[in-house]
Amino acid sequence: MDRRDFLALSTFFTGAALSPSIFGKAIAASQLQDAIDIAVKKRLSDAALTSAKAAGATYCDVRVGRYLRQFVITRDRNVQNIVNTESTGSGVRVIADGAWGFAATNAMTEDAVADAARQATAMAKANARTQLKPVQLAPTPGVGEVSWRTPIKKNAMDVPIADKVDLLMDVNEAAFAAGANFVNSLLFLVNEQKYLASSDGSYIDQDVHRIWAPITVTAVDMATGKFRSREGLSAPMGLGWEYMDGRPEDKFVLSNGLTTYGNSYDMKEDAIAAANDAKEKLKAPSVKPGKYDLVLDPNHLGLTIHESVGHPLELDRVLGYEANYAGTSFATLDKRDAGFKYGSEIVNLFADKTQTGSLGAVAYDDEGVKTKRWDLVKDGILVDYQTIRDQAHIVGKTESDGCCYADSWSSVQFQRMANVSLAPGKTKMSPADMIAGVENGIYIAGRGSFSIDQQRYNAQFGGTVYYEIKNGKLGPMIEDVAYQMRTPEFWGACSAICDESDYRMFGSFFDGKGQPSQVSAVSHGSSTTRFDGINVISTARSLG
Amino acid sequence: MSILTEAQAKAILDKVIAFSTADECSAQLGGGIAGNVRFARNDISTAGIVDNTELAVQVAFGKRVGTATINQFDDASLERVVRRAEDLAKLAPENPEFVPAVGKQSYRVTETFSASTAALTPEARAKIAEASIAPCRDKGLVAAGFLEDGTSFFAHANSNGNYGYQQSTAADYTCTVRTEDGRGSGWVGSSVQDIAAFDAGKDVQIAMRKAAASVDAQALEPGKYTVILEPAAAAGLISFMMNFFDARSADEGRSFLSKQGGGNKIGEQIMDPRVNIYTDPWNPAVPVLPWDGDGLPRERTQIIDQGKVANLEYSRFWAGKQGKPETAGWGNVIMEGGTKSTADLIAGTERGILVTRTWYIRMVDPQTVLLTGLTRDGTFYIENGQLKYPIKNFRFNESPVIMLNNIDELGRSVRVKADEGSSMMLPPMKLRDFTFTSLSDAV
Repeated sequence: MDRRDFLALSTFFTGAALSPSIFGKAIAASQLQDAIDIAVKKRLSDAALTSAKAAGATYCDVRVGRYLRQFVITRDRNVQNIVNTESTGSGVRVIADGAWGFAATNAMTEDAVADAARQATAMAKANARTQLKPVQLAPTPGVGEVSWRTPIKKNAMDVPIADKVDLLMDVNEAAFAAGANFVNSLLFLVNEQKYLASSDGSYIDQDVHRIWAPITVTAVDMATGKFRSREGLSAPMGLGWEYMDGRPEDKFVLSNGLTTYGNSYDMKEDAIAAANDAKEKLKAPSVKPGKYDLVLDPNHLGLTIHESVGHPLELDRVLGYEANYAGTSFATLDKRDAGFKYGSEIVNLFADKTQTGSLGAVAYDDEGVKTKRWDLVKDGILVDYQTIRDQAHIVGKTESDGCCYADSWSSVQFQRMANVSLAPGKTKMSPADMIAGVENGIYIAGRGSFSIDQQRYNAQFGGTVYYEIKNGKLGPMIEDVAYQMRTPEFWGACSAICDESDYRMFGSFFDGKGQPSQVSAVSHGSSTTRFDGINVISTARSLG
Repeated sequence: MSILTEAQAKAILDKVIAFSTADECSAQLGGGIAGNVRFARNDISTAGIVDNTELAVQVAFGKRVGTATINQFDDASLERVVRRAEDLAKLAPENPEFVPAVGKQSYRVTETFSASTAALTPEARAKIAEASIAPCRDKGLVAAGFLEDGTSFFAHANSNGNYGYQQSTAADYTCTVRTEDGRGSGWVGSSVQDIAAFDAGKDVQIAMRKAAASVDAQALEPGKYTVILEPAAAAGLISFMMNFFDARSADEGRSFLSKQGGGNKIGEQIMDPRVNIYTDPWNPAVPVLPWDGDGLPRERTQIIDQGKVANLEYSRFWAGKQGKPETAGWGNVIMEGGTKSTADLIAGTERGILVTRTWYIRMVDPQTVLLTGLTRDGTFYIENGQLKYPIKNFRFNESPVIMLNNIDELGRSVRVKADEGSSMMLPPMKLRDFTFTSLSDAV
């Protein structure tokens, strides 16, 4: 996951530069509601399937994709840019002589996709000459012609631009009224119209929607030279415009008034809170380093789950396919076979590509496998990984887990993380109940700095806001907090998990992996969770 | 479409400008062919070719701006993209920070193209993979790596008469070699414009030596150590810091380059006087396009001069507001060094730690540019001028600003291939008191 990708992206669209980019071509708002005729997609796909077979491929899949994004970008009282982008094209993947080949084209003609299929087949044959073991593809049944759509209530692409601009200007103004010095806010909408056809006999049409509304509020004390920012506490979600409704039942309020959000978001309320928090951060004392019991809000814990559970249990990493960049994994196959203790007995972590509202939800993955839910860690024991079709046989499975994804028609699909979540506690417990039992702790909400090693042992995480917990009570805000952990010890220190009524999802639009690097959007659900005796450092420094 | 010639590109841009009825119109046309091969577990895993060309058109009516792009180039499509940008501009609110497009500029060509790289075939890529894999297989080691090469063109024009066209090539190679038992790991990376200057068989030997030598790593206590950061290891920290040289953030009080009480730190000593950092589009080792995204001509510009802040990056809007001349955005970063190689620096070190590669670097506190990250793929203890034994990887919490105040010695600057940052030349750096805060069991 790369926050820097996001920053680079915002810079691109807010600057005067207009370089053609990986985010595609810009289009008029009205065109965001169109779709390519399904008959055209099938015709293009059949041209590629036929061409690949004629060229000697033994397997072929074709993804005809239309990837739409809309950005409304503001800085303080100005709308910096409104950008609609579209990227359309086809990616053809084949197996020939036992090796993979891939080629992609933005030309939407039968000749062009047929030619891409021939190129992919030629490339596969070139690779086969030096390849030792042929690709072994787990079978998946052809499903014929099927379709699926993210169960959204209101397509965000249909909402008039003026309404979106008014919302963000109102949000920014509210933050200024609460004392902010600077405000950046953004609406980031995604619609992936994905069509997959394969030589297995599947023609799968899917319409995937996502939404994100990040905000950054900054307070500056010119006299001391100190500045602090407070990010919004929203999460990117697999939802429509209904996410912006800010319904009362989706608000989670702590005894000190800190409000976090579930299936909908009150952006204006959060902007006001962010301005107040940013000012408070300027004066908050630094944490005293030491061991603390941590109470982690779901919109913080999601990133920790992502890095310390989601990634190490990706089978391609375990096997060494990502060794050169993202890295390998400590959670090796022998550990699974030996019943490795990943965490305490109350820790149940599951993968789920079907969760409603999640970023990773689809009916079929990008190689035609039906999605599902399955256990990764059960009662604290490592039990399984995440696989795709060409890996399943390596762990003795007869079918893929449905984790294949490509971020564009022009990218080759590969194994990506499913939504990986922590199951809620089985006994009734609220965050207030949990805090009441902590003598010396820190409550952390929201995402902050994050870093983990290439085998997913050693990690360091910060958050958005931190509060001292003393003798069962939430205390004042503190600053400069980061906790350091070793994955199995951290999950082993998990001592309590709030019940289902506190469950909500964290999300990321930018999980980075692969070479060439691809991004993927993924959610991680949990309830507020307690970890005992975790090492906390102070990150306060001076440049002199 | 692939690589358009200058005549083809200019013809398209001229038509676009002519179609526009807006107060001004700018167009950028870019495209290319990128090929790659990826290998792991001593075998090729994936390979691909992507061919794409895109045209972006930005128009303005007064201070209302619209942008649209397209990837079809017949006359009807070109007119459509201009009308689409014009429609968006008419819908957009006025942007008070709007700056008109630049006037006609003159550019001095930079040598960004190499014919040998442009001619690379899938077979040649597969051979580079095999040249990396075969020696590892012979020695019982396991290779995973990636080669990506590309040829691209970029052209731009606007209704004020500005125009430019240039082609570029690049090839980036990285390879991680691990022992079969997973107890040792080494890494090598190369970034070249001309593939003829690259030899995978030679490069992979570096990663193989480090993999074999890093087995049985010993644990040192976290703390402050003298380190030698190889250029690729330094790149992650330096490139991160260079993202924060924006003048506006500094002037607004929200940057490590903000001055207490207001203003920015231009002219202030913030690093060791041996630190000199500049940008130069014509540097033969890291040439970049001679213009920035606004079409302003890039110039050689000093960024850090003997440890003092010499220049910050100004957007055109902010330059105007601050009464500064408009200058182009920086395309590359070059840090001067000395004459010694990394091996020479090791030979002159009594006690210290050699770091091959840094990993997963993230901002902890923008106030001090405090970064955290880890060492990876070849971390060794140095004693009496020699690599004594491999050590376990460390997590660091360090600010590059503090780091560049703690210089012992700088080696010879080279073009760097790193996980983070591109178009950089950096020296290997011997630094005092580098802060490691915890141990990692990762190999």
